[in-house]
Amino acid sequence: MKPSAFTYHAPTSLDDAVRVLAEAGPDGKVLAGGQSLIPMMNMRLAAPAVLVDINRLPGLDTVRVDTGGVRVGALVRHTDLEDDAQAARTVPLLRQGLRLVAHPVIRNRGTTVGSIVHADPSAEMPAVLALLGGSMEVRGPSGTRSVGAADFFTGPLETGMAEGEIAVSAYFPRPAPGSGTAFVEIARRSGDYAMCGVAAVVTLDADLRITAARCCYISVAPVPLVVDMAEAVVGAVPASADLSAAADLAADRIEPEDDIHASADYRAHLARVLTERALAEAAEAALRETAGPGPHTTGIGAMR
Amino acid sequence: MTEELHEIRLRVNGIVHTVSVPARRLLSDCLRHDLGLTGTHVGCEHGVCGACTVLVDGRPMRSCLMFAVSAAQHEDITTVEGLAGPGGEPHPVQRAFAECHALQCGFCTPGFLTLIAGYLEDNPDPSEEEAREAVSGNLCRCTGYQNIVSAVQRAAELRTAEVVGGPARAAEEAPAPQPHSEGGHQ
Repeated sequence: MKPSAFTYHAPTSLDDAVRVLAEAGPDGKVLAGGQSLIPMMNMRLAAPAVLVDINRLPGLDTVRVDTGGVRVGALVRHTDLEDDAQAARTVPLLRQGLRLVAHPVIRNRGTTVGSIVHADPSAEMPAVLALLGGSMEVRGPSGTRSVGAADFFTGPLETGMAEGEIAVSAYFPRPAPGSGTAFVEIARRSGDYAMCGVAAVVTLDADLRITAARCCYISVAPVPLVVDMAEAVVGAVPASADLSAAADLAADRIEPEDDIHASADYRAHLARVLTERALAEAAEAALRETAGPGPHTTGIGAMR
Repeated sequence: MTEELHEIRLRVNGIVHTVSVPARRLLSDCLRHDLGLTGTHVGCEHGVCGACTVLVDGRPMRSCLMFAVSAAQHEDITTVEGLAGPGGEPHPVQRAFAECHALQCGFCTPGFLTLIAGYLEDNPDPSEEEAREAVSGNLCRCTGYQNIVSAVQRAAELRTAEVVGGPARAAEEAPAPQPHSEGGHQ
């Protein structure tokens, strides 16, 4: 189908963009990559009266990496972030999540910040932000503010952004030293939204004991759901960690639903299995991180 | 209701076109209806099938998921009509598709051709697995994917031979101005 008619603005300054969006009120929508918004408009699930195209705004297409983390501008395409070697070294979970986002052709146009603002509970990059405890920088008529991930995702396709605000960047903090991450998911077809996906971060101390572990779940809750796995695995070495206890913690928290793609029971089953896989992979990455550059140390086959 | 029209300049296959379109005109429809370039096909119109894939500044993108007014910000758009060389010789991907029988009804073919042409620029020597991943976002309902995957790898060979061979490739990569063989467009 074709989108319904709208008034189009393509401002060249952020101030103009914010002003035009504020004037449009609830009928206004921001267009960045459009890889979620335009399908919804084509199917007339969305029909904004005013579209503010931010693709001409200067300075929003940069990835800034410092020792603390990675700041991603609102016009950075998924592909460019995925290809950024410095960003991948600082926050490996970025690339681990990005390669699961739809197909490469969609990633060529879609933006990481746009995907987060869209806040689909099945999308990968909101989960990456939530798991790492990142934040969004948003600009509105009354200035710029930062919103932490925990306050940002408020429901399916709903965020803590107010009317008239534009997301300017996303900040992904680097995990603590000795951490490893992983992102695993299962989808019906390559590139589809996952029936369930799990991102994990595991942190080890100098004795290679787990000091912290968290997972974030997609497609099994109204928002990307972060579950602290400390009580199940902290103090153990990866090879003897009780991953089944971690899966129990997840099972208590998720709220899977039946739909055309999978039953709630199946999604719950996937959440358990993927919890164990994601934690094992993240622990393996943490062991490599702790060992530093060089040959990989202890296998953790026993964890599986 | 009369919709506001936006006058935009689109550079497609090396030729600059000026057209007036409503803001909601999808790039795919602009190419087909306003510019008459019907090689770009429209399948699902929500980004799933890949039939409408074109190259935007060299990168494969879904033309059904872009508005023409937004696409006008880009330097260059290449459709399937623009893949052939300056003398009309088929692009290595087009030759590989013919050789490997990678098309049957042909509906999905323009999307695959543009996708693979763009992909090989960044990945000149894909493994079979990489080739499979590369085309995984485009749907084909009749040829079957085996021959398409074979064609990706064959196209890579033909392309590499051309790059090593020199002149043909060099001519293809020469910047504007374009040759005037298309007769009078500007």
